[in-house]
Amino acid sequence: MGFLDTLLGRTKPAQPNLDQLFELPTAAITLEAGMNLVPTGIGSVCFRAAEGRAFSDIESDVRELLSMGTSTASVEVTKDSYGFTWLTCQHSKDDFEALVTDLHAVNSSLADGGFGPQLLCTLVSFAGDSGRKLGIVYLYKRGTFYPFAPTSGEQRDNALELQVRGQVGADLKIEPELNRWFAVWGAPGL
Amino acid sequence: MAKTRYAPDRGLTARMTLTMFLLGLVFVAFITVLVLVLSATGRVSGGAIIFFAVLLGLVLGVGSLFYSDKIALSTSGAQLVTPQDGPEAARLHGIVDRLCALANMPKPRVAIAPSPMQNAFATGRNSKTAVLVVTTGLLGPRSNLDDGELEAVLAHELSHVAHKDVVVMTIASFLGIIAGLLVRFAFYSELFGGGGRGRGGNNNNGGALPVIFIVLLVGIVTYAVSFLLIRLLSRYRELAADRSGALLTGQPSKLASALQKVSGSMNAIPTKDLRSAEPLNAFYFVPAFKAGGKEVALSNIFSTHPTLERRLRQLSEISDQLSKQA
Repeated sequence: MGFLDTLLGRTKPAQPNLDQLFELPTAAITLEAGMNLVPTGIGSVCFRAAEGRAFSDIESDVRELLSMGTSTASVEVTKDSYGFTWLTCQHSKDDFEALVTDLHAVNSSLADGGFGPQLLCTLVSFAGDSGRKLGIVYLYKRGTFYPFAPTSGEQRDNALELQVRGQVGADLKIEPELNRWFAVWGAPGL
Repeated sequence: MAKTRYAPDRGLTARMTLTMFLLGLVFVAFITVLVLVLSATGRVSGGAIIFFAVLLGLVLGVGSLFYSDKIALSTSGAQLVTPQDGPEAARLHGIVDRLCALANMPKPRVAIAPSPMQNAFATGRNSKTAVLVVTTGLLGPRSNLDDGELEAVLAHELSHVAHKDVVVMTIASFLGIIAGLLVRFAFYSELFGGGGRGRGGNNNNGGALPVIFIVLLVGIVTYAVSFLLIRLLSRYRELAADRSGALLTGQPSKLASALQKVSGSMNAIPTKDLRSAEPLNAFYFVPAFKAGGKEVALSNIFSTHPTLERRLRQLSEISDQLSKQA
């Protein structure tokens, strides 16, 4: 944001960076090979619904687009306690690329409709042995990823998260500021 | 290139620029007149006075900027909270986390002030020292705001942080502070310097009194004009924060209903509480203190915040822009 925008109080809504998402399949292979964490086939896009007809039209278009789509995909829309909408896609476990493509379709539909600033994050979930759960969260506005590993209650497995950062650091742009790794409790697929 | 629904309010930007320009102009004119008056009479060294006034003003301004967060925290009795400090703090952090991720801005510290008033304010000179303070009245189970409305209030405050309103308003008031100091210095130096020389020589004593009055008059006029301009600037910045906050959540109507609810409760709270909150007024979400009971045109130009109607009108315009078909 420029100096003038600050001085004149006209901050523009941040636009999302959509391209990084396609780095996810490579990272999934690394995670499986290095840590035995496999994709669950569940991924979701989280956004803040804007009021008005224009947004709800786009939202229903997206839902239709996804449910018309390929083979095993199922689509579900949920609202979390913070008022954010989660659009969850479920694919078969071994078709990770199709999942990422679907998630990207959601993003570009919203961005094309002028609602890119409403996108919060995308989450794909992984599962490991002995019930370990991991979400890789993509922050649209930063264009970075971070790991989120919830355990029982509202606790995070920080050791696992840092281990994952080390593993996929070469494949994904990991969010460097740890205080931006915010928790998404109760996110779909985790 | 993704298309954007952001529509800048050029009128607001232009009015704000003009206000800042006028503030600067008033300041320059004031110093010029003062130098002219003082050097014409030749009684005191104008340069030295101006130097000391600017120096002291700078010290005061920089000091209040550096300690703005601490001063605000201690005046309001607010405590910094972490997500682990109970369910309300966790919820507040959760909302701020999400808003900061949406806006791509660093997360400010979060504090809760024990007050039954429903209010929130943001302070701190930069993103590292920024603190977002929310009163317990806004958070608790007795609050009549729903989650979306609370989020809208927080988005408005985060926009103040993003717009660096604490810095902008401190610099703006700096002009007023210096004007006040200059008048005082000039007044005293005339009084004592003039009196001392009058006892000695008595040749130039006739000019002393008018000079004091001219300096006082110029100072008072400058102070009055800059006061009105600062208040005007404050109102424009509130509108700008409303606009950015509403666009951040995509829910201008939530902010509108929060404003309506909060300003309703503001008027219902006993005066004692309200007055103790007055020093922080300029940073509040809605002003806690109103000079007059009724909203009249005259009281509006002294106000730090725009009228509720003005704010609601802007929010409904934004709502219209958002719902336009692609």
